Amino acid sequence: MITVRTFFIYLFIMSGDTYLIRALPFVIFRGKITNRFVKSFLFYVPYAVLGAMTFPAILFSTGNIVSSCAGLAVACILAFREKSLITVAAFACLASLLFS
Amino acid sequence: MSGFKKGLKDGIPIALGYLSVSFTFGLQGVNGGLGWWETVLISLCNLTSAGQFAGLDIMLSGSGFWLEMACTQLVINLRYALMSLSLSQKTDESVSGLHRWLIGFGITDEIFVVAMGNEGSVCARYLYGLISLPVVGWSLGTLLGAAAGKILPEIIISALSIAIYGMFLAIIIPPAKKNRAIMAAAVMAALLSCAFRWIPVLNRVSSGFVIIICTVVSSAVIALLFPVKEEEAGK
Repeated sequence: MITVRTFFIYLFIMSGDTYLIRALPFVIFRGKITNRFVKSFLFYVPYAVLGAMTFPAILFSTGNIVSSCAGLAVACILAFREKSLITVAAFACLASLLFS
Repeated sequence: MSGFKKGLKDGIPIALGYLSVSFTFGLQGVNGGLGWWETVLISLCNLTSAGQFAGLDIMLSGSGFWLEMACTQLVINLRYALMSLSLSQKTDESVSGLHRWLIGFGITDEIFVVAMGNEGSVCARYLYGLISLPVVGWSLGTLLGAAAGKILPEIIISALSIAIYGMFLAIIIPPAKKNRAIMAAAVMAALLSCAFRWIPVLNRVSSGFVIIICTVVSSAVIALLFPVKEEEAGK
């Protein structure tokens, strides 16, 4: 349990940080980035972030390795078939519920 | 149809998707010991999925290490800087001055993708419409999840915890199928992240820094090996 004061400091850092990253480039830049490495780096960032956040955390997400793996398998199959975000998420939950 | 109405309409599917994912955020927040109003406030102020889930972990660990939170949010949300840059090329002259500061708040992955899908340039009214319902969906879903956290049985809550990862996979896998370099970036980051979990000494690094290290190393290596072509980088 964290104190209300600690919560607000974290909230301030978190939301201020998130807001400025989004708003500043939108407000300041009008031209295009030309450095190819920087462009490439930024292009791969979202996929690397999601990869690092998903593994191995997904295996421990439900607190039971069998149900987590069931959810992971179903999510991979549906995502591979390019189903919508909400479909993939919902069926992953359902699969892990059935195997828990 | 006016710009604002069209934006509202385009935002409906995004809002519905957000409702379910933010539901699990609210659920995890109250289970970790936050009050319902705290979880809703986080969602209202941040409007982001990956950043909030990572931020929640850091917050609940209560380490009081502010720099960890700042760096984690910076790296996880760095992608928004690229999106903001792209979107700034797409807007017409109505998106000026104060509007840029306000609209900048609402640039999420999904809102960005939908806005860029329009033909020609987009106006300020359209963007306000597009952002409105997802903000409501994200905050309302969090509130419902926080409320449900007190009522739902443990087994259901456990199963719902996997929802966010299912959504992440749904974002990674379709583009990774078509682009080997995207696949390589995601897989490399995932393997590094596993190393930080299981290898002694490495597993003492805190979760926020693990995400930063894995992301920066993988993205930099893949950017050197597979620099993107002009037309890809704008997406």
